[in-house]
Amino acid sequence: MGAQLRVYKRRIRSVTATKKITKAMEMIAASRVVKAQRKVAASTPYAQELTRAVTAVGTGSNTKHPLTTQAETVTRAAVLLLTSDRGLAGAFNSNAIKAAEQLTERLEREGKQVDTYIVGRRGVAHYNFRERRIADQWTGFTDEPAYGDAKKVAAPLIEAIEKETADGGVDELHIVYTEFVSMMTQTAVEARLLPLSLDEVAEKTATKGEILPLFDFEPSAEDVLDALLPRYVESRIYNALLQSAASKHAATRRAMKSATDNAGELINTLSRLANAARQAEITQEISEIVGGSAALADATAGSDK
Amino acid sequence: MAAELHVALVAADREVWSGEATLVVARTTSGDIGVMPGHQPLLGVLESGPVTIRTSDGGTVVAAVHGGFISFADDKLSLLAEIAELSDEIDVQRAERALERAKSEADASAERRADVRLRAVSAR
Repeated sequence: MGAQLRVYKRRIRSVTATKKITKAMEMIAASRVVKAQRKVAASTPYAQELTRAVTAVGTGSNTKHPLTTQAETVTRAAVLLLTSDRGLAGAFNSNAIKAAEQLTERLEREGKQVDTYIVGRRGVAHYNFRERRIADQWTGFTDEPAYGDAKKVAAPLIEAIEKETADGGVDELHIVYTEFVSMMTQTAVEARLLPLSLDEVAEKTATKGEILPLFDFEPSAEDVLDALLPRYVESRIYNALLQSAASKHAATRRAMKSATDNAGELINTLSRLANAARQAEITQEISEIVGGSAALADATAGSDK
Repeated sequence: MAAELHVALVAADREVWSGEATLVVARTTSGDIGVMPGHQPLLGVLESGPVTIRTSDGGTVVAAVHGGFISFADDKLSLLAEIAELSDEIDVQRAERALERAKSEADASAERRADVRLRAVSAR
């Protein structure tokens, strides 16, 4: 076997091995998307009921709560960025990070100081590499977030928002995550979690036209709101974590699918080249034999004379 | 009109139970409260404790609820809890072990959780 042909054969083998790996990753991601989607669906009833309850307290009472009232001058805002722990997901992480950077820039232009909170090793690595300050970070659960993880993330954020601004507390809480629109489309979105705007909440739950009854609050509207809002924030963060996980798996699936396709194409091209090399080798051998025998025939013909 | 209310017991990551009931008893921060059809709209904060649901076919469903809310309007009652378990789902031995462990480690919240589970089972 000629040197050229051997090189092609070796490359075909290595690309085939890569293709097998990417194909397996594609299938794993595909099954995880379905699982993640199911989790999103399972968390919906809780989120919906909670939102209804928040709307009910917000509209049914004149309670003023630090979590629902806009501060007159916002000096500091918190941005929570959700990324994934692992890469190989196309532009998934860079899109989320880009959205967070745009939001940070906008907030800073408005004269607000921005504290960044990050979930996922990718985002943490990005910020650390650029030596930007991270207020808090969490890693290790982005593939399959549980409600406990959402609580862990929400706790310092709620604490920060309840603190006075002068003591390092924040006035606003924004969240940047990747919304799972469909298998093919995932978009990085930003949303303001706090202070809560009740109109927005009502719009989202389609309870807009519905007139909520006058509730009897037990023990009191303030206490209910006090207990309700942290849970609401947790449930929103939980939902964002789940959507982000589903989006990540969908992005991985797509990236791995195109990697598999590319590998297939590469194998095709390489096999063609290998075939051509083999043909050329055979042709050369034949011409060598023909040439050799012709030379031999010439030589014998000469000696006969 | 058959007097019954629609109950949905929802935990953070799943719907635990839903169906028709005639009476729901739950513990709020200011005491036990019983809700029957036609109750005034209500929104309350729940304590950790067992919730008893008397279903319209005469059965009883008991669930351990760890914190959460009760909201009632238009004969629709929702119980929201971060963690909620039906008493049939609770593993008694495991809960007992958890209670022992929590007591020895003086972990108050874990002790309360295990205690609530056991009380829910005994109320069954």
